[in-house]
Amino acid sequence: MSLVSLDQVHKYYGDNHVLKGVDLKVEAGEVVSIIGRSGSGKSTLLRCMNGLEEYQQGGIIVDNQAVENDEFKLRLLSRSVGMVFQSFNLFPHMTVGENVMLATKLVLKKNKAENKKLAEALLEKVGLSDKFDAYPGNLSGGQQQRVAIARSLAMSPKVLLCDEITSALDPELVGEVLKVLEQLKAEGMTLILVTHEMNFARDVGDRVIFMNQGKVWETGPSEEVFSNPQTEELQSFLAAVR
Amino acid sequence: MVQFTDWDILKNLLLAARWTILLSLLAFVGGGVFGLLLTLLRSMRNKLITYLIQGYVEIFQGIPLLMQLFLTFFGLSLIGIEVDAWTAAVISLTLFSSAFFHDIWRGCIEALPKGQWEACKTLGLSYLQTMRHVIVPQAMRMSIAPTVGFSVQIVKGTALASVIGFVELTKAGSMINNAVFQPFKVFVFVAILYFIICFPLSVLARHLEKKNHVAR
Repeated sequence: MSLVSLDQVHKYYGDNHVLKGVDLKVEAGEVVSIIGRSGSGKSTLLRCMNGLEEYQQGGIIVDNQAVENDEFKLRLLSRSVGMVFQSFNLFPHMTVGENVMLATKLVLKKNKAENKKLAEALLEKVGLSDKFDAYPGNLSGGQQQRVAIARSLAMSPKVLLCDEITSALDPELVGEVLKVLEQLKAEGMTLILVTHEMNFARDVGDRVIFMNQGKVWETGPSEEVFSNPQTEELQSFLAAVR
Repeated sequence: MVQFTDWDILKNLLLAARWTILLSLLAFVGGGVFGLLLTLLRSMRNKLITYLIQGYVEIFQGIPLLMQLFLTFFGLSLIGIEVDAWTAAVISLTLFSSAFFHDIWRGCIEALPKGQWEACKTLGLSYLQTMRHVIVPQAMRMSIAPTVGFSVQIVKGTALASVIGFVELTKAGSMINNAVFQPFKVFVFVAILYFIICFPLSVLARHLEKKNHVAR
């Protein structure tokens, strides 16, 4: 059974039909990039996978759990699915360490010492071991995003959803965040990312999904999709972003 | 005829100012507790509760406090519940300030980025955990200055309780004036006393506003 599986997912915002029957399967350990023009439904698709958005038809199963609009089930699901946002969404009134430890303390009920050890290890992994007691407001965007990744990893998710996580960063800070993602891939983490970093999608991603008009328009291994796009829409999209 | 010295006037006004301060405090605490309850209920995002609270707020913000005092004082006795001026004043001011406090605090909660809720949701925090650890601490910091600022409005609002016969600063002023016939002097004293109560609050609000601005 695939780790993530979407079956004919339809989503409407009022009369606006945003997702028009999306099928998608992601296996454990895969790195899948979702690309497409703004408004093509790629972020919405990602947000449906962890219940941040409701969908109206079809089914989504993640880590053998159906994604349904039920608060209790979604809270269980959140242990399997991590998410990193474009705007970081760190808690500004807490230190970096507290940000990373909050959910493990409240949800997993880890004890203090164990929790601190975990947070320190995660911050070291993202290269921020010296920032444990700093406040997010005093960090650069790239550092904040790496804290956000560490915070998600603390819950040891099976899949990490990344919603344009480098789009709000200054160009020189993008690399440090992508490096963390590469490292996660090397460790076997499943990543699904909505991204505008075409180089990253091609070089690091296993597979690319091109979304257009609320549908999976074209999909395939990264190398193939980028070097030999089949549809006219993908060709013109790639031409525009290059 | 009895002669009143300035000190007599001031002394009696100061005695009455106690009741202004006490009434303000009761309205502040009562309105605060009730307003907090409304705010927590509303943040649960139940449609019916939201409509009811919205209606409540519109009513108490849309009717002059004076009318609210009249309606409480005379209205309750019409339906057979006799209330004294004290009780009526406390009830009215509590309801009045709860509507405003609720509105201030709701605004502070809604001013937080939606991403804060979403981050908590994806981390598996419950509603109560989210409120307690993430939303309330941030909203509280933002709300301190406008909350203190509104307390000035409450102090000034207590003056209206004079019309239902509650003897606080304003009422005492007009009673004393009826005896000494020196309206300008008496009401200058009254105004100064109100200012002495309100000014520190205004300064405090401004100070807190600045402080929190820097912290962000």
